[in-house]
Amino acid sequence: MRALGVILPKLVYAVGMLLAVVVLNFLLLQIAPGDIADTIIGEMGGATAEIEAEIRASYGLDRPLAEQLLVYIGNIASGDLGYSYYFNRPVLEVILGRVPATLILVIAALLFAIVAGTFLGVVAARRPNGLFSHVVTVLALVGYSAPVFWTGLMLLILFASIVPVFPVSGMVSPVFDGGLAARVVEIAYHLVLPALTLGIIYLAQYSRLSRASMLDVLGADYIRTARAKGLAEGVVVYKHALRNAILPVVTIAGLQFGQLFAGAVLVETVFNWPGMGLLAYDSILRRDTPTIMGVLLFSALLVILANMATDFAYRLIDPRIRGRA
Amino acid sequence: MTPDRPAGTPGPEAVAALMVERPLREAWRMFAANRAALLGLAVLAAIVLAALIGPPLYGVDPFDIVWAPFSPPGEGAPLGTDYIGRDILAGVLQGGRATLAVGAAAAVITLVIGLIVGALAGYYGGWVEEALMRLTEFFQVLPPLLLAMVLVTLFSPTLTTIAVAIGIVSWTSVARLTRAEFLRIKQLEYVQAARSISARDRRIIWVIVLPNAMPPLIVAAALAIGVSILFEAGLSFLGLGDPDVMSWGLMIGSNRKDFLEAWWPVTFPGIAIFLTVLSVSLIGDGLNDAMNPKLRQR
Repeated sequence: MRALGVILPKLVYAVGMLLAVVVLNFLLLQIAPGDIADTIIGEMGGATAEIEAEIRASYGLDRPLAEQLLVYIGNIASGDLGYSYYFNRPVLEVILGRVPATLILVIAALLFAIVAGTFLGVVAARRPNGLFSHVVTVLALVGYSAPVFWTGLMLLILFASIVPVFPVSGMVSPVFDGGLAARVVEIAYHLVLPALTLGIIYLAQYSRLSRASMLDVLGADYIRTARAKGLAEGVVVYKHALRNAILPVVTIAGLQFGQLFAGAVLVETVFNWPGMGLLAYDSILRRDTPTIMGVLLFSALLVILANMATDFAYRLIDPRIRGRA
Repeated sequence: MTPDRPAGTPGPEAVAALMVERPLREAWRMFAANRAALLGLAVLAAIVLAALIGPPLYGVDPFDIVWAPFSPPGEGAPLGTDYIGRDILAGVLQGGRATLAVGAAAAVITLVIGLIVGALAGYYGGWVEEALMRLTEFFQVLPPLLLAMVLVTLFSPTLTTIAVAIGIVSWTSVARLTRAEFLRIKQLEYVQAARSISARDRRIIWVIVLPNAMPPLIVAAALAIGVSILFEAGLSFLGLGDPDVMSWGLMIGSNRKDFLEAWWPVTFPGIAIFLTVLSVSLIGDGLNDAMNPKLRQR
C-alpha cells in the first residue's frame, strides 16, 4: 500500500509528460510544410481539387484541429505512431527494431563513464593536490571540450586506420554468420569505439563530480571515526565513503540520460551504428516526418523511464529517503 | 604602541584594504591568479582575432577550388585541401566566424529564456512556479540535439534559426539555477526592506535580486557558450546548418566519408572547435573560483 502511494503519483506524472510530448509532436506536424495528403498526391503525380479534398477527408485532415489532436492522441495511445512511406512499414515497427542497438550503446557508454569516472575521481580525491589529481582535472576538461563526432573520427583514424584493431563501422560485419555466442562477441567488438567515444564526455564529468563529492565526504566525522576504529584504509574509502559520495553521481547519471541520447545521434552517425539516432538523422534527410516524430516520442519515453529508474536506484542506495514520496 | 586586541583579529589597515577593494576588482584579481583561466582567455582572444582578421589577411576564399582534391598539408595549401580541392586553412579561418557568432547568440538566447523562467518561478512561487518548473522538466525530457535537429529542419536553416533552436533546447539548466538563487535571495533582509518601502515586483526582481544572483549565472553563461558551440558544430556536422556559410562542423561533416584516406580535412577544424570550447571552459572554471565567496582571500 505504501509502495503504491510512492509509485502512483510518479506514474501519473510520467503519463502527463508523455502526453505533453504527444501534443508538441502534433504542433510540430502542423507547422511542418506538407502533410500526408501532399505526400500521397506527390506519389500519384498530382490530383484534381476534388480528389485532393477526398484524400484529405479520408485522413480526417478537414476536421477541426482540436478533433485532429484527439484522434492523434488516441492513435498513439493504441500504439499507432503512423506509417513510414520510406520503409513501407508502421513507424512503431521501424523504431522497435532500432531501440536495442541504441540501448546497448548508451548503457555501455554510461557504465564505462560511471565506473571509470568514479574510480578516477576517488583515486584523485585521496591526494587532492597530487599530480594524478591534476591529470584527472585536465582530462575532464579535455573530454568535455572535444566535440563527440570529432573524438569518434580521431579514434577511428587511430584504432581503425593507423593501428587497425577495431572495425570502422556497423554493429556486425556484413559477412558475419555465426551462433548467438559469436554474435555477442562480434557486437561487443564493434561496440568498443562507439561506447568509448560517447562515454568520454561523461567520464570527464563523473570523475570531476566524484572527486568533489569524495573530498566532501572524506572530511566527515564518521570517516574519522572509521579510521580511529583502525579500519583498513581501503575499507574506509571504498565502503564507508564511496557509498555516500556516489549519490550525486547516480542523480546526475539519471538526469543525463536524455543528453546521452542526444550524443548518441552523432556517435551513431559517425560509426554507422544502426540505432534510433541514425534512424532519426536518416529520416530527417529523407523528410520521413512520421518516423522523426516517432523517434522524438520514443526517446522522450526512454528518458522518462530512465528518470524513474534513477529515482528507484536512489531509494535503494540511500535508506534515508526509502518509502518517501 | 599597538592597541591590545585578540590574536588573529585583522588590524585596521587590513580591514580598510578589504573595504576599498571593489567586488569586480577582487573577482578579477582572483581570476588573474588562475593561470589556466588566463591561458584560456589568451587562446580565446587569439581565436576570435583569427576569425575576425584572418580571412582578409590570408585572402583565400574558403569556397574557391585552389588545388587538387585531398592534397596533403603543405602541398598547394598550408593545411591541405578538402574533397573538392578547397583550402582548409581558409575554411578554418572563415568557419570560426559562423561558429563563434552562433555560439554567442545561442548562449544569449539560452540565458534570456532561462533567466526569465527561473526568475519568475523563484520569485513568485505558487502556481507560477509549479507551471514553469513543469515546463522546464518537460524540456528536459526531450533529447536536446534531436529537438534542435527537428526545429532547424522545420524552418529553413539559417544562422538565426540555428541559434534560436539551440537556445530553445538548452535553457533548462539556467532556469533551474536562477530559480534556486531567487529562492535563496528573496528571503534576505535587503529584499524584505525593499518590499517594506513598497518597491514594485518588477523592480525587486531585476534591480535588487538579479544583480545579487549574478555570480553563478556568469559561470553558467560561460558554460552555455561552450555548449552552444558544440551544438552548432554538431548540427552543421550533420549537414543541417546553413549550407552557404562555411563552418567548422560543416567542414568535418562534408569530408568525413573519406577521412581514412585524408585525415587533415577532418582533423584541423576539429582542433579549432576543441580549442575554442576548451578555452571557454577554462575561463568558466576561473570565473567559478573567482566568484565563489568560499574560496576568496586565500
